Amino acid sequence: MSEQSQPTRPPLIRLLLVLLPLAAMLASFVWIASLDPLRSFNNGAPPVEALTVERTILDEAGIQVLVRAGGSEAMNVAQVAVDDAYWSFTQDPAGPIARGDTVWLRIPYPWVLGEAHRVAMVSNTGTVFEHEIAVAVPTPKGSAGQMRLQALVGAIVGLLPVALGLMFYPAMRGLGRQGMNVLLALTVGLLAFLLIDMTGEALELSADAAALFQGAAMVWLAALASFLLLMAIGRWRGQPEGLALSFYIALGIGLHNFGEGLAIGGAFAAGSAGLGTFLVLGFALHNVTEGIGIAAPILRIRPPLWSFAALTLLAGGPAVLGMWAGSLAYAPQWSALALAVGAGAILQVIVEVSSYLMRQNLDRQAVLLSPAVLGGFLGGIAFMYVTAALIKV
Amino acid sequence: MPADTAPSVDPSRRALLVGGLVAAGGAAIAAGSARSQSAPDPMAGHDMSAMKPDPYAAPMPGMAHGDMTTVGLVDHARNGFDPTPMLTDWDTGTTEFLPDGRTLRTFEVDAIDKEIEIAPGIFFPAWTFNGRVPGPALRAKEGERLKIIFRNYGSHPHSMHFHGIHSARMDGVPGAGLIGPGEEFIYEFDAKPFGCHLYHCHALPLKRHMHKGMYGLFVIDPDPARQTDPALAAAAASRALGSPENANWQEMAMVMNAFDTNFDGANEIYAANTIGQAYMNVPIRIEKSRPVRIYLLNVTEFDPINSFHLHANFFDYYDTGTTLTPTQRTVDLIMQCQAQRGILEFSFAEHEDGMYMFHAHQSEFTELGWVGMFDVRGPEA
Repeated sequence: MSEQSQPTRPPLIRLLLVLLPLAAMLASFVWIASLDPLRSFNNGAPPVEALTVERTILDEAGIQVLVRAGGSEAMNVAQVAVDDAYWSFTQDPAGPIARGDTVWLRIPYPWVLGEAHRVAMVSNTGTVFEHEIAVAVPTPKGSAGQMRLQALVGAIVGLLPVALGLMFYPAMRGLGRQGMNVLLALTVGLLAFLLIDMTGEALELSADAAALFQGAAMVWLAALASFLLLMAIGRWRGQPEGLALSFYIALGIGLHNFGEGLAIGGAFAAGSAGLGTFLVLGFALHNVTEGIGIAAPILRIRPPLWSFAALTLLAGGPAVLGMWAGSLAYAPQWSALALAVGAGAILQVIVEVSSYLMRQNLDRQAVLLSPAVLGGFLGGIAFMYVTAALIKV
Repeated sequence: MPADTAPSVDPSRRALLVGGLVAAGGAAIAAGSARSQSAPDPMAGHDMSAMKPDPYAAPMPGMAHGDMTTVGLVDHARNGFDPTPMLTDWDTGTTEFLPDGRTLRTFEVDAIDKEIEIAPGIFFPAWTFNGRVPGPALRAKEGERLKIIFRNYGSHPHSMHFHGIHSARMDGVPGAGLIGPGEEFIYEFDAKPFGCHLYHCHALPLKRHMHKGMYGLFVIDPDPARQTDPALAAAAASRALGSPENANWQEMAMVMNAFDTNFDGANEIYAANTIGQAYMNVPIRIEKSRPVRIYLLNVTEFDPINSFHLHANFFDYYDTGTTLTPTQRTVDLIMQCQAQRGILEFSFAEHEDGMYMFHAHQSEFTELGWVGMFDVRGPEA
């Protein structure tokens, strides 16, 4: 169809043509809402109610939970029972909870350190929403000491492994073509593992979020959007390579570490039990490959020294921010969103590193299935998988 | 109390990592801010900073068991019945004499669907007798002819099945007095044997019709004239409502019941006379010089037994109330399975004034509402 076949209309007419369906939509909504032609469907059933606990705080004032209502109408929390005992509580703000709104329920319950508790919220229709506190420990507070300690945790999770990995840079510089191929393939392998791990984690978290966030759809769409945006930005001026590609890898890993930090902070706030130093060392080992991956694209150039510090901060620093955000304002949907954005970023760097790897070789596609590349890729995945076994309990 | 499970945060591998760091760091964080339970002292601990470092020893101010309570009050006026007057609200019907000189006692009972507030803010779509749960506490005298005019204004078939001695035609089971919505049936039988009995709807499924609220006390007072032993005759006279011997007793009707508000086969609210914690919010006034008699019935659905425990006192118990001598003497706890009932007799005459608790001694039932207080005082206080 050619442009000419559509006669051009005056702007006023075009505006009217847009306004007409909008007005019809508005009128029909008003009609349906005011006359309620669907009232014959009202079979006397009670309204659908949903209540999602997004955050739990245990402190010297007892138990506090942040709940989000998601029913068909505004709902009321009539009573709260902890471990099958009705307990006094206050609701902040008071009154019916509108769909999508959150309130704090504050329960002065003498919880027991290290033991489990079950909070049951009973609505005015008698529907019961249960929330389990698996292990009761005091929720960390936003004090300076607490923030410092969390920063330390974040640094060990994020900054330390990246820095350690980058320290292989001088050793890796002398590598030949084959060595480079192995290294880049190894990077793609570790990124592939992170992609799968993060996507799974994001979907798992999103299942805990209130239904109105549409967990799984949110995760996939956020990942797709972040992938497309980063691809577009990355290819603004040609395909990224060298230091630019390293920064993209660092950004992807940084987003991943932010998501990790959020989840750690959230788990911290949820009071999960600790197991020991062995796990910490396992985690550091697990993440060392991140630094190696970031270093891979800059082996042929001589980047300024500051860029190593910047790469380390970009890749590892977000873990600290994530820790703070996660422990102070944890909510499953935001953690899932952050992980999904990170997954999109990881996918972008997988594409870019693979394409860089192909450009480095004359035989392009064929190199992908060469023993060196396949071995590196599978080795990267295997390394991540095996070290992950150390920290999955 | 199984329920829709709200999601909780899973401990993840990060958690373990953090835990590891915490452990490595000497567990400083957890201990530093831990405040947990151990002998909460309601009088102390206003200064949070003064708390002991040992989390197990740290008091939680303001968290005595006084906080173990429902929040708010039930609107008894909207319900149309109030648990306090209900204790002494006996339905004695209307009487007339039959040609043979016997008394004919007539009760009128209607089945009505009604939403009732069973704990502050929690509403339950009940099926009721005469708009109240438990239904009216019917009271008659041994040997009378009874006529119960039953009308079904509810949305389902219902009946009145009396625990007593009567013919099969009057049993209130399908085919014998079970009527559909809009129908009427008249049950007729003699009041026997004397005792503390009950009636309930026997429509099927029975479990649903029971726990929706269709039950009530059915007390038949003994006729002193039928007792030859003077001691037993005196005991019978003290039980006969309206007799001078009965006037000194403080009698009350208590039905132990429970409600499964989310219909998952387990109860959310337990109570005596329907309203959870009603007698905590409004203690039952007991004049301590006068003896107390409780007609107690258990109709709790889903749990095999319920129980009654009296604090700081002991009582005599007449299981099913069909004897004039106690079946258990000097006990402070009795158990009842569903539909089991009996009479408790005790006195606070020698006690100090004060609040004396009573409750089920299944702690779970207690903490889910089945608990109350006797406010024991002299007549002038």
